[in-house]
Order: sequence, then structure tokens, then C-alpha cells
Amino acid sequence: MSIDKDTAAKVAKLARIKVEPEELDALAVEFNAILGFIEQLNELDVEDVAPMTSVTPMRLKRRADVVTDGNQQEKVLSNAPDAREGFFAVPKVVE
Amino acid sequence: MSDLTKLTIAEARDALRQGEVTSVELTEACLSAIDQADAFGAFVHKTPDIARDRAKAADDRIKAGDAPAMCGIPVGIKDLFCTEGVPSQAGSKILEGFLPEYESTVSGQLKDAGAVMLGKLNMDEFAMGSSNETSCYGNAVNPWRAGNSDAGLTPGGSSGGSASAVAADLCLAATGTDTGGSIRQPAAFTGIVGLKPTYGRCSRWGIVAFASSLDQAGPMTKTVRDAAIMGTAMMGHDPKDSTSADIPVPDFEAMLTGDIKGKVIGIPKEYRMDGMPDEIETLWTQGREMLADAGAVIRDISLPHTKYALPAYYVVAPAEASSNLARYDGVRFGHRAKLSQGDGVTEMYEKTRAEGFGAEVKRRVMIGTYVLSAGFYDAYYNRARKVRALIKQDFETVFADGIDAILTPATPSAAFELGKEMTDPVEMYLNDVFTVTVNLAGLPGIAVPTGLDKQGLPLGLQLIGRPWEEGDLLNTAYALEQAAGFVAKPAKWW
Repeated sequence: MSIDKDTAAKVAKLARIKVEPEELDALAVEFNAILGFIEQLNELDVEDVAPMTSVTPMRLKRRADVVTDGNQQEKVLSNAPDAREGFFAVPKVVE
Repeated sequence: MSDLTKLTIAEARDALRQGEVTSVELTEACLSAIDQADAFGAFVHKTPDIARDRAKAADDRIKAGDAPAMCGIPVGIKDLFCTEGVPSQAGSKILEGFLPEYESTVSGQLKDAGAVMLGKLNMDEFAMGSSNETSCYGNAVNPWRAGNSDAGLTPGGSSGGSASAVAADLCLAATGTDTGGSIRQPAAFTGIVGLKPTYGRCSRWGIVAFASSLDQAGPMTKTVRDAAIMGTAMMGHDPKDSTSADIPVPDFEAMLTGDIKGKVIGIPKEYRMDGMPDEIETLWTQGREMLADAGAVIRDISLPHTKYALPAYYVVAPAEASSNLARYDGVRFGHRAKLSQGDGVTEMYEKTRAEGFGAEVKRRVMIGTYVLSAGFYDAYYNRARKVRALIKQDFETVFADGIDAILTPATPSAAFELGKEMTDPVEMYLNDVFTVTVNLAGLPGIAVPTGLDKQGLPLGLQLIGRPWEEGDLLNTAYALEQAAGFVAKPAKWW
């Protein structure tokens, strides 16, 4: 599988990272080098192997479904690049 | 007392308890050492005021006679740990200005034990790198130099600042994190001890996430004893991390007897790589002899899927990273790009992430996005998870056959020159060839300095243990450390 310029552009879009058109060729070359390295995995027969879901065989702990904190609006917003009137502010989303 | 910064945690603890030194004196000595060592780029956010306050409080606590082992010990904290009110950027521009409103569980446990935070330590951006060259702060530099050369060497990565600071005696110990070798490789490159605990031993809460199924925090120290002391303080169950193990943490230091008679040490043949330098091969042989002399039984073993660990890692880790790093969108914290007229929310995400992430992080986020995308998920991600299961099975098989620990080289070479390997990402990835299997299998691993190469640079060996048996692993490491008698220090040039 080889990645071309269009696929590189699509991946950048999916990842929400702006890549200038003139950088796409170089990006595709890098992707192909890394994916070429990954292709080694195809040498193995993994037909009957179950994919790992958890590295330690443990049941995730459950906690009581109760409120344990809250009322931290100021703290939650304190690092926001743009916070107004108790909300995160972003460019207009809905026309 | 002279050379306070050169003390180990154990020595400092004993001196503090006997009243021979105060934490304030220790802390001042470290703060002045740090100020003289800006050339390393190790400490990227210094916190002298916090350090002095905590040192005073620690002295009071020690005087009251009820202080835990870490009380009054000056340490550095990797920038990946969120520390309340102190910059925590994960080495990334995208978290510039971020001041956490909370403290990570691990740094909080150290704080509660009375440890003194001196500042935040340099690292590869989001812990993605093996040379500390992807940091937004610039390189961290290794205090060691090759022969008479004054070329800057890498301290390794991603915990490069931690390694450099401990090796240069700027602090008594430091925290690190290890996703594919980020504690053990820098420890080996700088002649210190680095322990990656079993996955689930240290809470990941409040540590900036890279690859959640692989990330694990651990101590970086001058000796194995110190790793035992600091490890005990860092580990433990945390209800805030659902993968944190509810298993009691023993007093690891009490388990250091140095007696390894009858322990079975496995030597995996697949770790003998083509083109491996003779010095690494010799070091490995010497380590094997040292353990045999200490009474261990050496057995050749096979871990047949070793070769596939790195490629599997470079699917799993970027996949998880692409998901974890989706939160950096310019909305809740950190950097937001300046927008042009008419830009909407998508442009805000795209520009913010393009400006905020460095090249290696972008590369891995996009690779992760690709391997998880529709049509490729099975071919890449699911296949990698299956290979990961096989790698774990390799270890389970040898442990079931009676192997107590596995001895391997820690790195394929000594520290290399800064700038040398940055050009080829895949070449850089090979640094983790001996360490990455341990993360994929969730096992504990430790790097112990055991020798110098012909240029006078430190080299380390790695021991891999059974899950949850850090105590036994540390004891084997302790025996290896005793036998190797590594005492070399970098010559001071700074």
C-alpha cells in the first residue's frame, strides 16, 4: 500500500492538521517510509489470534454512580484561550 | 557536608534523619547546581520558591520524627506531569501557558511524602522521541562527552531532561515516563538507573497521555536502592485511573538482599541484533557472567516475536496518540491560532494544531489517524494488536518455564551526537528495539549502568521481570549493580 499526495491530504484533514499543499509530497514520502517499516507485520500469520484488549487481564473497576465533584466553573475555564460569561468561546459553528 | 547534590536518596534520607543536614541545605545546593547548569537545558521551568517552602515544611516534619523516606529529598519532575499552578507543557508549544488546576497522582504522592520539587524537566514533545530533540524548549544535553570531543550528545529520550539532571547531580532523583523505552534508554545513555514498573503500578491520572495502554511513570535515580525507595512512593492504586492496579505495593527497599542464588535468568537469542556493536555484545556477556557469579542460573531462551515489536508499537502508539491528542483543539487549554476573517471552527482546529504541534508529533498523529481510518483498521491496527498478544505470549511462556528475569542490552549503542539521527524517523525508532517489547507486554523493566564504552560513555543493561514483581526485579538489578560496581561520573565541563 502506498500513500500518494491525495491520501496524505485526506489524512491531514482527518487529523485536523493544516498542511500546506507544497508540503504534501514530502509528507507522503515520510508516511510511506514508516508504513513500509510497519508492513513487516504482514509476515506473520495472525488468523487465529485474538487482538489484545488489555495488557493486564483485569476487569475495569466500577465506581458508584454518584456526583463526586463540581462547582468548579472558574477552574475549568481558567486555561481557556477564550472564555466568556462562563463558557468556552469558539468561532461560529452553526450558520 | 560537601557535595550535597551528589548524595543518593538513601544517603540523604539517613543524613536528614540523623540531623546531619537539613532539607533546606540540600535544596539550596541543588538550586545553585541547577543555575550553573543551564547549558544542559534540563530544567525548563524552575520552581525555587515552591522548593524552599517544601524544604522548610519537610525539615519540620523530619524534626517531628514522623517522616517518610522521600521527605525532604529534592527531585525534578518531568514536564509531562501536571503540577498545580506550575507550567506543564509536555514539551509542546500547544500547551504554552497551561497552568494545571490539579496535581497528577504520582507527583502528588511524592509531594505528600515530603519530596521537594525543584522544577520541571525537559522531554521530547508529548514523549515522542528518543533523543529529546523534539522538545519545544530545545535539546536537553547529556553531561557525558565522548573522549576529548566537546560535541553535544543526546541524553536520550523522551525523559532526557530527567536523565541529564540526575546524571549531573542537579537533583537527587527525577520522575520519568516510559511508553516505549523513555525511562530506560535515557537512563542507559547517562549512566543512571531507570525503572519502568508493571503497567498499572503508577497511576496515569494527571500525566499528559501519549499512548494510554503503554504509558507508565517510574523513578530515575542514581542507584537501584533509590529506585526502590522512590518507586515505593510513586506506585499504588488510584481510583481516578481505571487501569491502576489495586495490588499492595511492598517496601521494595526491604527486598534488596542482593541474594539471587538459584534465580533463573533468561538470555533471549532474538536480542542479538545484526550489526550490534561488539561493545554491547561484550557488555551483555559480562552481565551474564556477573549474574552467574552471584549464583544465578543462566538459561538461553527464545522470544520469537521480538522482531515484530517495533512495527507493532509504531501502529499501536500513534493510533492511541492520535486519539489522545485530539483534545488539543484550541478550545479548553493551551494555544489557539490567530484566525483570519471568515475562519470557522474547523480552520481553528487545523491552524491551531499545525502551529502547536512539532513535526514528529504531527507525523505520529497522522500515522495514527491513517491506521485507524476506515478500510485500514483491520490491516494495521487490529493486526498490530494481534501481534502484541503474541509478543506478550512469548514472555508468558518463558516465565511459565521458570524464568525469573530476562537480561538484555538496554540500548543498541551509547549516546549519539545531537542532530545525527534526526533526519530519519525510522532510524530513530530503532533506539527502542530492546525496550519496546516490555511496554507492549506491560512488564516491569529496569536499566542498570554496567560499563563504559571505549570513548568513556556509559552503557546499560536491562532486566525484565514478571508482572507485579518489581521487588524481585529490583533485587536482581541490585545484585547486578553490586557486581558491576559502576561508579563513573561525567567530568564537569559546565
